[in-house]
Amino acid sequence: MSTQEAIFEKVKRALAMTRERTAYPVYDSADFVSKPHTTGGTVEEIFRKNFAAVKGVIVSDAEELRAVLAGHGVKKGCCDAALTVMLQGLGVEWETSFDRARLDEYDLGATIASGAIAETGSLILRDRATPDRLAALAPWVHVAVLRRADIVLTLPEALARLGDDPYTLFVTGPSKTADVEGILIEGVHGPGVQIAWLVD
Amino acid sequence: MNKVPCFGQPVDKFVATVSDEVYHSVHSASAIKSDKRRELLARDFPDPRRLREIAGQIKRHTLDSLDKYLPLAVASLERNGAKVHFAADGDEARRVIHQILQERGARKIVKSKSMVTEEIHLNDYLAERGIEAIETDLGEFIVQIDGDQPSHIVTPIVHKNRRQIAESFERHGLGAYNDDPETITRRARKFMRDKYLAADAGITGANFVVAETGRLVLVTNEGNSRFSLAAPRLHIALVGIEKIVPADRDLAVFLNLLVRSATGQQFTAYTEFITGPRADGQRSGPSETHVVFLDNGRSEILATEYRDILRCIRCGACLNICPVYRQASGHAYRSVYPGPIGAVLSPLLAGGDFARLADLPKACSVCGACGGDACPVCIPLSDLLLRLRDKAKREHASLSARGVPPMGGFAELAARPVLWRGALSAGRALNYFPLDLAPVPPLSRWTAARTLPEFRGGEFRRWWKKRHHE
Repeated sequence: MSTQEAIFEKVKRALAMTRERTAYPVYDSADFVSKPHTTGGTVEEIFRKNFAAVKGVIVSDAEELRAVLAGHGVKKGCCDAALTVMLQGLGVEWETSFDRARLDEYDLGATIASGAIAETGSLILRDRATPDRLAALAPWVHVAVLRRADIVLTLPEALARLGDDPYTLFVTGPSKTADVEGILIEGVHGPGVQIAWLVD
Repeated sequence: MNKVPCFGQPVDKFVATVSDEVYHSVHSASAIKSDKRRELLARDFPDPRRLREIAGQIKRHTLDSLDKYLPLAVASLERNGAKVHFAADGDEARRVIHQILQERGARKIVKSKSMVTEEIHLNDYLAERGIEAIETDLGEFIVQIDGDQPSHIVTPIVHKNRRQIAESFERHGLGAYNDDPETITRRARKFMRDKYLAADAGITGANFVVAETGRLVLVTNEGNSRFSLAAPRLHIALVGIEKIVPADRDLAVFLNLLVRSATGQQFTAYTEFITGPRADGQRSGPSETHVVFLDNGRSEILATEYRDILRCIRCGACLNICPVYRQASGHAYRSVYPGPIGAVLSPLLAGGDFARLADLPKACSVCGACGGDACPVCIPLSDLLLRLRDKAKREHASLSARGVPPMGGFAELAARPVLWRGALSAGRALNYFPLDLAPVPPLSRWTAARTLPEFRGGEFRRWWKKRHHE
């Protein structure tokens, strides 16, 4: 008998004496939505508020983005090929393929977000929509281009749309740690700055 | 801190050795996290208790039907292109993982924080076989370079302060002494980058495995887990068989409760959903995904009255609220899982070695804070602790009083009727002994503020006997 079969058998035997198995509870996913985080405006307004609360930065046009990037001293970036036209004129030298041997040369990674969750202030990144996981992860600044129509209000809605992409990420603000004396430090292994560029 | 020298249990003895620094770090961090948890749950939901009950019921349902959900999870994972393995115990899990690595010539590993890999002591095993496994979570990395053990399941270095960490970094060649937390973090960031890029494999645990869709869910804050799944070409996830939840929709239940209970955040910075190897056209990420399901005593626990302990989602809320943990800190529990969850789980996972940890359930004041108020999946922790005390008494009576001299003497006395009767009559002598003059310090300290009542030993027995005869 393989280990798998042996464990299945042990589990079966362990449960054999259970006279009444606990039923799956009837519940409404809406009960697990935080009201204070999902009320008081349109989906976009709520997203803006909650994204800012997790230290995300929202920009609405190239000029705004240019100013934010300049503030972080961004010079070199790596972007998805589909974004090259849109990202011209920002004062950034772009590459469209991420060279991991020169990982630390990139100040910025720009990707296309598959969506966002207003309730939690999270961006949704998928494997099929972004060509390189590292480009959205290794540089200090990450810009996600996000279509307004792709923002969902609640976490249950986002979970219902997970689909079959092999790797989906909900990224919520900068990478962070509080391991040293509980003091919050941003930018541990991932970006220290998360920017969402809202487009129609 | 007022440290009373005591005979006590092993945990009590450990408390006496805890430095004031450690005590203060652990105590204040625990209090802050407990308050945050309660505050966030109350702020965000009208009735958090009901939500916890639903979560507990989903977990209990999954365990009660694990014979259905475990095969379903395997089928879903395989359908997604992940390779599934099973390990009956730690030894087999280590061998399975080593074999996967060996067959692919993998010699360098980056690891994302995982308690179950701690449980099977994976790093030491791999190191002995010439495979370097680096912990990438900042706290776990510090534990690793110190040759230490995590003292908390969520915040592994809650027992260390910045000065100790700065010294460890200096010793490990990560720059001159600097105890600024931001500098420490930046240095770890820089150090770890080369490790990610050079790694042949990333090893993680999983917070949840969704049976219906075969999704592995990982929650982290630092981004180390995503890096471990971006740079290397091979992903191995080690998962306890109890980590399964039925469906994707249940993740809303568990993510909301887990994150608030663990760190007092609404949501973690990185929440990853993985079904298998990277997508076509994706340049980074694993081309192979292996999931190793670990039993290691879990199926035995499933068969017992302790089944509910397998609901645990490893948030650490029971540690943070526990008065004994706050006083003792994690290492006092002499096992990978400390606090109330550890006091139940560790002796049970120890299997044949139960007696060695049978004292842990006794390191509890039965205040009920852990299960009643804190646990996001409503594990009846106090109840399980009491049942375990009973088990220890029944199965290891001769060992249960070990290391506890006063109680040991009492146990001896109470177990022998002749001695007991003798002691009762001898006790009357106390009434003729002027206790106020007792020169022995522990006694004189006690009698200084109290009057000893008249010793009336044996009267209950006489009354009982009389009543019985009438």
